[in-house]
Amino acid sequence: MAEQVVPSRMNLALYKAKIISAKKGHELLKKKCDALKTKFRIVMVALLENKKFMGDEAQEALLLIAKAQYAAGEFHQNVKDAVKRATIRLEISSENIAGVMLPEVNIREVDDSDSSMSQIGLARGGQSIQRCRDKFKDLLMLLVKIASYQTSFVSLDQVIKVTNRRVNALEYVVIPRFTATMNYIDMELDEMSKEDFFRLKKVLDNKRKIIEKQNQETAKRQLEVEDMNWQERESYDMLAEEQPDEDVFF
Amino acid sequence: MSKKTFKKSEGTSLVSIIGDEDTVTGFLLTGIGEKNIKGETNFLYVNSLFLETDPKLIEATFQNFLKHPNIAVILVTQFVAENYLRHIINQYDAILPTILEIPSKEYPYEAKKDTIIQRAHRLLYGTDIQ
Repeated sequence: MAEQVVPSRMNLALYKAKIISAKKGHELLKKKCDALKTKFRIVMVALLENKKFMGDEAQEALLLIAKAQYAAGEFHQNVKDAVKRATIRLEISSENIAGVMLPEVNIREVDDSDSSMSQIGLARGGQSIQRCRDKFKDLLMLLVKIASYQTSFVSLDQVIKVTNRRVNALEYVVIPRFTATMNYIDMELDEMSKEDFFRLKKVLDNKRKIIEKQNQETAKRQLEVEDMNWQERESYDMLAEEQPDEDVFF
Repeated sequence: MSKKTFKKSEGTSLVSIIGDEDTVTGFLLTGIGEKNIKGETNFLYVNSLFLETDPKLIEATFQNFLKHPNIAVILVTQFVAENYLRHIINQYDAILPTILEIPSKEYPYEAKKDTIIQRAHRLLYGTDIQ
């Protein structure tokens, strides 16, 4: 489980620091995830509501085009032929949510009053075509808004998945692994200090034994010396005894 | 960060559209249409009054739109999406261009067929759209 590390004080400190930073990272990522989820919820609600709206709007627009056709006759081909350059273009900017860039799509209208598109229906049905165009413009605005929400939805969805995965990886894999390693180092260091202590004790014991032995030896030697002295004295006395006693006078 | 990024643009991106004649015409009236020198357009009529469009052409055009660097939003009528492009849309996971399903003249919009909307609804309310 725990990876192979040399159990030393330095590594212990290193792993302690690692655990602290992993925990901090976990906390931060969790906060980021929460912020993203809040935004995600808002986007989803807006997306669904606008989509609901879209159906009615589109129906009205299509009704108007039918009316325009009734007034101006078949103009599909004219419209198709009149296409040259787009006067409505999109601008993609980005919004920063908790460090995530979300695309934002906006319409930018290039003013082009003499475009061939505005000349359709000049002969007849101009007004109804104009009305139809306005309606479709509204619809387009709505659709672009929806598109903006949809891109946000898709990208947020992906980012939240990634962030969630990271949060879980930190919580369930990285931090436990570091903790296990730290425990292992701790245990090993404990064991080492115990061993050291035991060794010291043993050395002291040995030294004590040696000293005792020496003491005993010196004591023994002293005894021997004393013994010798005594024997010497004895022999001296004995010699002295062998000397003839002096006469004793009373 | 996710690997899929998007390019910012300052008012150069286009809206493209694939759909039936009326819908496409309506949107073209607003001025989203663009035709380049080669005659390539950013719109496609599907099944106009007299001739049926080749499904391969629809798919190829759609793929071209997806690859096109200037197209940011692709409007597809749901009828076309359902009949010709559903397999591409389901696999598609880039951020831009966005595929947007819209109603067409004959067929009203059904939210339950739109996979993205379906997913959003499921995440938000926990149920499918009826």
